[in-house]
Amino acid sequence: MSTNIAESTRHNVLEVQDLSKSFTVSAGSGGSRKLKALDGISLSVGKGETLGLVGESGCGKSTLARTLMMLETPDSGTVRFDGQDPFALKGKELLAWRRRVQMVFQDPFASLNARMTAGQIISEPFATHKDLHRGTAARSKRLNELLDLVGLRSTDAHKTPQEFSGGQRQRIGIARALALDPDLVILDEPVSALDLSVQAQVLNLLNELQQQLGVSYIFISHDLSVVRHVTDRVAVMYLGRIIESGVTEDVFDRPLHPYTAALMSASPKLDPAMRPAKRIVLNGELPSPLDPPSGCRFRTRCWKAQDICASLPPEAAGRNADGTVSLGIPAIGPGQSVHVAECHFPVSTPAEAGLVPAG
Amino acid sequence: MMEVLDRQTRDTSTAKAVLAVDGLDVDIRTPSGTVRVVGNVSFTAYQGQTLALLGESGCGKSMTAKAIAGLLDPVASVAGGTVQLEGRDLNSMSPRQRREVAGPGLGIVFQDALTALNPVYTVGTQLGEAFRIHRGMNKKQARAQAIELMRRVGIPEPEVRVSAYPHQFSGGMRQRILIAMAVALGPRLLIADEPTTALDVTVQAQIMELLRRLREEEDMAVVLITHDLAVVAEEADDVCIMYAGNVVESGPVATVFSTPTHPYTKGLLESVPTHAVRGDDLSSIPGSPPELKNIPAGCVYADRCPMAAAICREVRPELRPSGENQFSACHFSESLRADPATAPAGQAVASTQHEETP
Repeated sequence: MSTNIAESTRHNVLEVQDLSKSFTVSAGSGGSRKLKALDGISLSVGKGETLGLVGESGCGKSTLARTLMMLETPDSGTVRFDGQDPFALKGKELLAWRRRVQMVFQDPFASLNARMTAGQIISEPFATHKDLHRGTAARSKRLNELLDLVGLRSTDAHKTPQEFSGGQRQRIGIARALALDPDLVILDEPVSALDLSVQAQVLNLLNELQQQLGVSYIFISHDLSVVRHVTDRVAVMYLGRIIESGVTEDVFDRPLHPYTAALMSASPKLDPAMRPAKRIVLNGELPSPLDPPSGCRFRTRCWKAQDICASLPPEAAGRNADGTVSLGIPAIGPGQSVHVAECHFPVSTPAEAGLVPAG
Repeated sequence: MMEVLDRQTRDTSTAKAVLAVDGLDVDIRTPSGTVRVVGNVSFTAYQGQTLALLGESGCGKSMTAKAIAGLLDPVASVAGGTVQLEGRDLNSMSPRQRREVAGPGLGIVFQDALTALNPVYTVGTQLGEAFRIHRGMNKKQARAQAIELMRRVGIPEPEVRVSAYPHQFSGGMRQRILIAMAVALGPRLLIADEPTTALDVTVQAQIMELLRRLREEEDMAVVLITHDLAVVAEEADDVCIMYAGNVVESGPVATVFSTPTHPYTKGLLESVPTHAVRGDDLSSIPGSPPELKNIPAGCVYADRCPMAAAICREVRPELRPSGENQFSACHFSESLRADPATAPAGQAVASTQHEETP
């Protein structure tokens, strides 16, 4: 899944190559063991683009988000932000970089300080980034701009978080993330704590903001229908690795990796016409990341697994323009829009992926 | 590993009613007065079928389930209505009688399996408890039953795992243990309160498959409580949609989801990003649910409803027939039904949203 860096950095906001991160976990009397949370992650995010990150709990989505926020230091691999390595920055440069990547958290009830007003929460970033919007007048002007941007009233600035509903709280969280005019916002399950009727409001808001500000998003979610609606490209993670990535529509409708196929097939469908005639239900659960399977990490739950899967980690297989699947990266086309999966026996048809509706 | 989704169409006329809830009211006592969290809720669950209670957080669906199971918090109490399990009113029984009837007859599965299980006892002890209390078995017999139960719900190596503690199981396995506990005594009614909300998609599919299989084997009625429309569409025969403590619409799932006769149902269905294309605006319901302390005197949904008229703010609509086996609590259910295309829900909601967010 390597992309040509020299060619693509010009329009990519974020470029990640071969990122790995392990944690040391205490194993009782047996000393300690290494938990590989991220194992060779490569991805890129273009300007104004939304990249979806999908995967089950424990697959490393949040560690990846934290590493991109520079809250964790990677063991190996490179992160390039507009061609710059943030981990090499110091002092003022680092401070200036930090304002360009912001995050919106999952739980709008836990991520806002209950003792501060909405106005204080949204303008708190200026306490660190003192050179932005100097002076009280400029700050309150910016605050009103931000409140207006996320659909809150300027009088709301004086209320505390508990006076707001869940959806409105998430709007405050979004305003805080946008306060420093970032280039990239990491949205960690931004709507999963919200009720369905409110969820749509927040998704619409995020969409409008992106069109208005040209900001890029990394959208982490386990809700596949939401991911399909809001993302341009999607990366599917399994046990610390991206096992499939590509344009959202391709990955959802014509998955290559058996795991992706199972995810898509198993998610409940509202529309009876969309329901698969044969649904793939995987056996077992996610293996412990402390002890990932040899070879292909998905083989223990895969219905296509053969002997080779246990011995050899699969190469990336890509889908060619004519629809056939071949090993290795297709030679033509821009590297970032390629649909690739790491599997010895990629799924070839939607029917095999358990996605063809009955009748 | 492949599973064929096969919806057996059941003959409703011959199915036996297992649970009949009629006019159930639940009150909570708060420092600032009594709050009605469930108001006049009625529904019937039939043998071998699944009834879904669908609604957003705080709509009273879990409170309804707890009232049926007799597990309400001390601050909450049933203020009216009847709950009949196979024709016997649970609310009018003495605690002892209730234990005899509902103990083996009613099973409940909770959302969070880790807090529902006792961390200091092995799962074998907890699974066997029902057999020791209700069947008078000794420890050894109860343990054998527990192993058998674990095998039935698909836990590998039950002979070994029976001596393990809850924290030694994964989330999906814990949920299986909870389900095993609920079906231990062959209940007539199984209440599943958000049984898969805390689980991942692939595990959710496994648990739903298990619940379906057990429902067939035991021929029991299932009341499935959820906020997920897609789960309801796939799993349930009938659905009861709740809003602010009231049932706003009920009927067979296929009918209700294809021709909703309440603006809330319609709004919910349109909020799901199913067919929407990247970049499209989703239609959403403006505002948020009312606080239970100040539920409007008229229709509970009037504040967010695109069709609300003067009568909606004054008179609370009764649940009345709006189609075949379908009921709706809306003054304008006929006009919604007669002309779903011009019903203002979709368009009006979308445009209001535009004005609200610049």
